[in-house]
Amino acid sequence: MDTRLLVEDFSAWYGQTQAVKNVTLPVYASQVTAIIGPSGCGKSTFIRCLNRLHEVIPGTRTRGRVLLDGQNIYDDKVDPAEIRRRVGMVFQKPNPFPTMSIFDNVAAGLRVHGLPPGTTAEEVVEKSLKMVGLWDEVADRLQDSGVSLSGGQQQRLCIARALAVEPEVLLMDEPCSALDPVSTLKIEELIKGLKEKYTIVIVTHNMHQAARVADYTAFFLNGQLIEYGVTSDIFTNPRDQRTEDYITGRFG
Amino acid sequence: MIAGRDQRRKFSNKLMLVLAAAATVLALLPLGSILLYVATKGLLALNWDFFTQLPKPVGEPGGGLANAIVGTLILVGLASVMGIPLGIMTGIYLAEFGRGRLAWLVRFTCDVMTGIPSIIVGIVVYGTIVVAMKRFSAIAGGVALAIIMLPLVTRTTEEMLKLVPNSLREASLALGASQWRTTYSIVLRSAMGGIITGSLLAVARVAGETAPLLFTALSSRYWHTGLDQRIASLPVYIYTYATTPYEEMHRLAWGAALVLVAMVLVTSIAARLAGRRAGGGR
Repeated sequence: MDTRLLVEDFSAWYGQTQAVKNVTLPVYASQVTAIIGPSGCGKSTFIRCLNRLHEVIPGTRTRGRVLLDGQNIYDDKVDPAEIRRRVGMVFQKPNPFPTMSIFDNVAAGLRVHGLPPGTTAEEVVEKSLKMVGLWDEVADRLQDSGVSLSGGQQQRLCIARALAVEPEVLLMDEPCSALDPVSTLKIEELIKGLKEKYTIVIVTHNMHQAARVADYTAFFLNGQLIEYGVTSDIFTNPRDQRTEDYITGRFG
Repeated sequence: MIAGRDQRRKFSNKLMLVLAAAATVLALLPLGSILLYVATKGLLALNWDFFTQLPKPVGEPGGGLANAIVGTLILVGLASVMGIPLGIMTGIYLAEFGRGRLAWLVRFTCDVMTGIPSIIVGIVVYGTIVVAMKRFSAIAGGVALAIIMLPLVTRTTEEMLKLVPNSLREASLALGASQWRTTYSIVLRSAMGGIITGSLLAVARVAGETAPLLFTALSSRYWHTGLDQRIASLPVYIYTYATTPYEEMHRLAWGAALVLVAMVLVTSIAARLAGRRAGGGR
């Protein structure tokens, strides 16, 4: 299986506090990888290091390498903006741009990076909205504000916005934690459909969600990667006592 | 026993309500009477000539303050052209990029400058620009007003930008937009309503400034002939005409006062409307 992202001996800090400790982990192409663990275990920080978003917070630093298709994204010569185009991100709370219409929200990334050759903005927006199953719901009101949609629709709009610039990897930081069960189900179905084309890394504090959508699961505790493997193995046959304690609900 | 306590509570409740209402009336009374007084006195002075004629020499009846109205518009325009862009840029620096000692210094300077009496700004501009140019000028007046606007615009811009949630900045950065692009097309656009309101309120604030103009733009009895020449303005005409012994000039000063109040009022209302319209999207 192809390795899309290879994290090597990676650490991350907020000031003096080390949030991610010497993590080494391969992320396989066209698979869904879930990061689970209790609150404050560094799973969100970790995923924010995969598109170099951790460094925009003042006082933070990192050490180690993250290879995207063999290229270290922390190399001095690498432009973080280009990495963030190739590694898209969806956040915990839906965050559509409030001053923009639904159409402009999806097209926002295209305005930055330019259109793929031979396409129009209309085509890309339609394709992206269809991929997240939002097209039929919004096709007749593309000029309405992005914040006029419901929470679940807003989150799918944000996914469409991330997909419009054709990333290779999609990072999802607890994408369902602000959503109701029906919207959550829709997003989970969406994730399963997207993995053919994209490599997906999803942070979740919901173990059932990890079990439902992920091919691989990594368990984090106190900034360390405790266990990583095929999801069914992690949940039915964990090798580490701490993993077993967590998934059986003894803590966290 | 319980009924007595209940009544006491109701009584004190009413008493406080009456006191608060009385304080409000008391506070509005001087404001209302100023507007009423200026309106009644000023309306008597306003006629077609007031808006179209130049001031007449002392002793001659009639004439108007058309040059002062135009002059005030030019001075405030000059100040806005210099003060608003600079203030917005500084505010962006403070909110989005500024960290550490330099940002602290800029912020502190702004706070001090907001409290500096405007006459001091006038003296400083006199000592630098007027002395260097060897004459009073519209430019010098505009610079003085711009300096007064600057901290107001800067701090409002900073406050408005800080109200924009961080999640929007991250959303934009995560799409691969540069920091400047994120600031410009996401953060600034989200905060535009508040920034326009703040800028217009700063315009309204300097429109009535008199002291700094006395040292810089001075005044003029004629139409303005160039930005490097002295220029008439409504506040300075109010000051000079009100201190003369002539009834006719007092009348014109009241007219000028009413026009000035109306200009400030219209600007303030425009500021509120701009804020409300752009605020709806948030």
